[in-house]
Amino acid sequence: MNIGAIQIEKKQVVPLINKILNPIIFVLLGLAFSSIMIIAVGFNPITVYSKMISYSFFRLRGISGSIKAGLPLMLCGLSVSVAFKMNLNNIGAEGQYAMGAILGGWFALFGPEMPIMLKLIVMFLLCAAGGALWAMIAAALKAYWNVNETIVTLMLNYVALLFLDYLCYGPWMAKKQTTAISESIPKGMHLPDIGNTGINAGILIAVLIAVFLYIYLRMTTAGYQMEVIRNSRKTAEYAGINVRKHILMVLGLSGAIAGLAGFVQVTGVVHRLQAQLPGGSGYTGIVIAYLSQFNPIMVIIVSILFGGLVNSCAAVQIMGVPSQIATMLQGSIMIFVIAGEFFNHYKVSFNSAKRDRYYKIDRNQHKEIEGVQQ
Amino acid sequence: MTAFITSICATAIVYAVSILYAAIGEIFSQRAGIMNLGLEGIMLMGAVSGFLAVYHTNSLMLAILAAILVGALLGLAFAFLTITLRADQTVCGMAFMIFGSGLSGFIGKNVTGIASSVKFEKINIPLLSDIPVLGDIFFKHDMLVYLMYIIVPLSMFYIYRTRSGMILRALGENPAAVDAAGINVFALRYWYVIFGCAMTAISGVCISLSYTNFWNEGMTGGKGWIAFSLVAFSGWNPAGAALGALLFGAISIIGINMQIYLPGIPSQFYGMLPYIATVVALIITTGSFRKKHTEEPAALCQRYDREDR
Amino acid sequence: MEKSVILEMKDITKRFGKTLANDHINLRLYQGEIHALLGENGAGKSTLMNILLGIYKPNSGEIFYKGKRVSIKSPKHAVELGIGMVHQHFEFIPTLSVAENIFLGIGQCKFILNKKNMEETIGRYAEKFGLAVDPAAKVWQLSVGEQQRVEIMKLLCRDCEIMILDEPSAVLTPQESKEMFRTLRKMADEGKTVIFISHKMSEVMEHADRITVLKGGKVEDEMLAKDATVERLTKAVIGLRSLEKTVRSPIKENSSLLLEIEHLCVHNDKGIDALKDVSFSLRQGEIFAIAGVAGNGQRELAEALAGLRKVKSGCIRMNGRDITKYNARQRMEMGISFIPEDRLQMGLIPGMNMKQNIILKKFREPEYSRFGFLRNKSIKAVTEKYVETYDIKNGGIELPVSMMSGGNQQKLLVAREIQCDPVLIIAAYPVRGLDIGASEAIHRILMEQRNRGACVLLISEELDEIFDMSDRVAVLCDGKVMGIRNTSETDYDEIGRLMSGETA
Repeated sequence: MNIGAIQIEKKQVVPLINKILNPIIFVLLGLAFSSIMIIAVGFNPITVYSKMISYSFFRLRGISGSIKAGLPLMLCGLSVSVAFKMNLNNIGAEGQYAMGAILGGWFALFGPEMPIMLKLIVMFLLCAAGGALWAMIAAALKAYWNVNETIVTLMLNYVALLFLDYLCYGPWMAKKQTTAISESIPKGMHLPDIGNTGINAGILIAVLIAVFLYIYLRMTTAGYQMEVIRNSRKTAEYAGINVRKHILMVLGLSGAIAGLAGFVQVTGVVHRLQAQLPGGSGYTGIVIAYLSQFNPIMVIIVSILFGGLVNSCAAVQIMGVPSQIATMLQGSIMIFVIAGEFFNHYKVSFNSAKRDRYYKIDRNQHKEIEGVQQ
Repeated sequence: MTAFITSICATAIVYAVSILYAAIGEIFSQRAGIMNLGLEGIMLMGAVSGFLAVYHTNSLMLAILAAILVGALLGLAFAFLTITLRADQTVCGMAFMIFGSGLSGFIGKNVTGIASSVKFEKINIPLLSDIPVLGDIFFKHDMLVYLMYIIVPLSMFYIYRTRSGMILRALGENPAAVDAAGINVFALRYWYVIFGCAMTAISGVCISLSYTNFWNEGMTGGKGWIAFSLVAFSGWNPAGAALGALLFGAISIIGINMQIYLPGIPSQFYGMLPYIATVVALIITTGSFRKKHTEEPAALCQRYDREDR
Repeated sequence: MEKSVILEMKDITKRFGKTLANDHINLRLYQGEIHALLGENGAGKSTLMNILLGIYKPNSGEIFYKGKRVSIKSPKHAVELGIGMVHQHFEFIPTLSVAENIFLGIGQCKFILNKKNMEETIGRYAEKFGLAVDPAAKVWQLSVGEQQRVEIMKLLCRDCEIMILDEPSAVLTPQESKEMFRTLRKMADEGKTVIFISHKMSEVMEHADRITVLKGGKVEDEMLAKDATVERLTKAVIGLRSLEKTVRSPIKENSSLLLEIEHLCVHNDKGIDALKDVSFSLRQGEIFAIAGVAGNGQRELAEALAGLRKVKSGCIRMNGRDITKYNARQRMEMGISFIPEDRLQMGLIPGMNMKQNIILKKFREPEYSRFGFLRNKSIKAVTEKYVETYDIKNGGIELPVSMMSGGNQQKLLVAREIQCDPVLIIAAYPVRGLDIGASEAIHRILMEQRNRGACVLLISEELDEIFDMSDRVAVLCDGKVMGIRNTSETDYDEIGRLMSGETA
């Protein structure tokens, strides 16, 4: 394709160096762009940035705080990564997180008496189940009736959040409280910190899941089948792969992991249910998943960075910088990295001679409307 | 009783208009094949820009212009990313949503909670507003509402009865065919995305300068998502969107008031209705069990690459 | 009536990298004639037409249009000159009406759509050329024949002078074909010049005024239709190619029945019957060819046998067992392999590397996976074995398959399909688009399988291939089996006639 003298050609393979350098360059560009906004509001970006970094990453409390804040982000990021790996746009992590928390929280608050350890495990499973079932609604609609999962998962987010809202203002509202929070869950069910590092044990769950996903996606037959489906539904069916089953499984898994975000947040951080529990983590998870190029290990790292970003707002708020700086930085970094992705897939050359498209004997002539889109 | 119903209807109209600008803008964008999930963020940017303009200049005219400009710029960026750089539309939309929310809160920090000195005042249209009942419902609103009375039929006319509208419909279904007819697919898509975002920004102004007259972080409160759901719910049809918006408006207002009459049903459930309704509508209009052709633009969300022809 | 020359292409040459698609081609078109462009796949017909349409620019040569030398710079320019094409795969907007689709590309339409005007204009053209179209109907509701008429109308309403049709009868039933050619004749009588690309000899002889045969990028022969005979055309199109004769062991007497297909009725994607009451049987150790022009039900037959398409009625029996309801995976397990005609859209995944493509069907086997984990060492080993055994040239087994040449891709695909010692191999157009070397390699592989005792169902359009390779041949036309013959007892002529629809 030509735009005047600029020629754009699609690349077949993405060189490794691009994959690594690209995001870094564009993250920096994103930071540079935000600096303009910071200057516009009257602050020195260098001061602001350095303060944020030192607050979150150069002190032990800062690091543990970053990890704590990053915990639900990790799980949401992992959840989204799994789904996006098969080209399923699950933007319902927010709602699945909420539903998981509701189901698990219900059990924690009102469930029968049993040994604490057992109770914790059951709650863990219920959180996963809540998220999974919520996701399966969209999955079933997609698998059987090819309904656009982007819109369905999005809509269900609000249904879930409103339901949580109702519970926390209504039947589950803690006595003697006026805000939308529930009673605290039993003390024994609080997820402890590791030793005295201040780092919550929830991180173990997140890391384990990340490792599990990494192995699952790369080395198992299930992961292989997912990749086949992602590339071409037609070929997958030709190979005898049951595509429907996989759509259900993958979205179910995705929802389950998001539900676990509810688990760690409820047992490890807030120790109760409250309205707006997810607080946007589901959406941030999408940003994180994308920036990590859907690699589970990268998700953990990026989540901690984002957690630090969120926490560091407190440091600069004293200076007078609006706390929304975190969201703004997230957004601008993501936009620039998205733009940068272009250079991974396309080669731009400046060529004044017009050339014909290369004649390929097997041309993909027709875009089909497939269940799983590329 | 009549007064009660009248006031509900009138309020529903105000609510509806505030999301209709965005919904109609997004209808144009999606019909051209580009899905913009960042409506919430762009709406907020429009709201804060308009508000800041009024805060500094006391001019409503400038407020609208500022919002349109900001919306158009964001639209240009979005179009550039998704059309020229062929980025994934879902991810890009998310990014804009987050960026818009953050940036709007950031630059609006200083004016949070301050009432603006000017807002869109209600104008009673002479003669028409004197009609009993109907006059109270339809003709005692502000400029932005009256503008919408014109925009809805105009959009319908444009899409279904003009050549450009025909091309628009073709664009989202089969961009290859449009390209083959010698029409510039890329340029058209740019225009529609920019238009869509500008409209969304106006929706924001409705909220910060008409519905209320102050700015608060995140004040659109999910209206962007409702507008988005309207697009699918209405079958990508402006008149349908108008009816849907009125319906959603009525539901949410009734919900607030119904607490008195039906205490058993919590208000949140009324809030859920628009979303559930959208899912159901989506199933009915686009589910693959249908024999008829779906309304969903076939090429929605797919990148168009001439090399793939 | 003395016709004037409207278009002349002199010495047109077009090269793509190393491939010479058009080699000094000369073509002359007279106004008001129907000119047929005949030739096999890859002969250069599409390239030549794409040059006329402004999509490609010739490396050398000249084009004269109405006596003046022109250089067709772009598709838009071609439109301005009055050159247009009806493609094999239609380009319309299904949800819009006929009128809206036609006027999409025309500047004649005013800003405000006036339905009545549009319909009147279309009505006028329709009457003039005898084309029945309903301007208000939505295109997705129309039959294929009607849709094609819409495409033709698009060109007419643009006042196109030269109309090119790419394999127009490929998607039509015989009746619709007749109608279409009658329309073309009417258009020619009204002064339009029509070129149609085809590889059906019978229709070319019956409907064209003049015929040009392309082979290997060159003009092989050119004649008036009335001077054409089947022999002359066949010689020009196929020629006398010297193929290394593949060794064929004699068919075992009384070889057992492998597959029985009884009264099979299959729908195509649009819900119309693609196969009507098809019955035949396959034996072990033979190559059974399905001859016929593409689009007569071959794809649906292949997919139905492979388990990828539901059967409307009828029965498929393998070794006595009814497998009609079996899905793709079950059929794979019964030993049925499928080499699809869509190499890159179905058979292989271009974005994945060789190793990943090789295990596409076998990843569940214990050799390649244990407890759900892929065994990378054995996968790598088997890939290297393939590369060596079948001489599959590649840039590296870690690189995506899209970077391999078509011939090597096909070798990979075929190798994978035969590796599990299948009992039935369905091969749809296995050598389409490949060069001689790759074709021969693949034919050799298939013959080895046959000698080994497997059955190969070979779907092909090339009579050469069919007669060289197969023991028996069935001809499919319009979804029906026109006749089944032993290849040793028939000839090109008879098969050709069956292919064009003559009953046995």
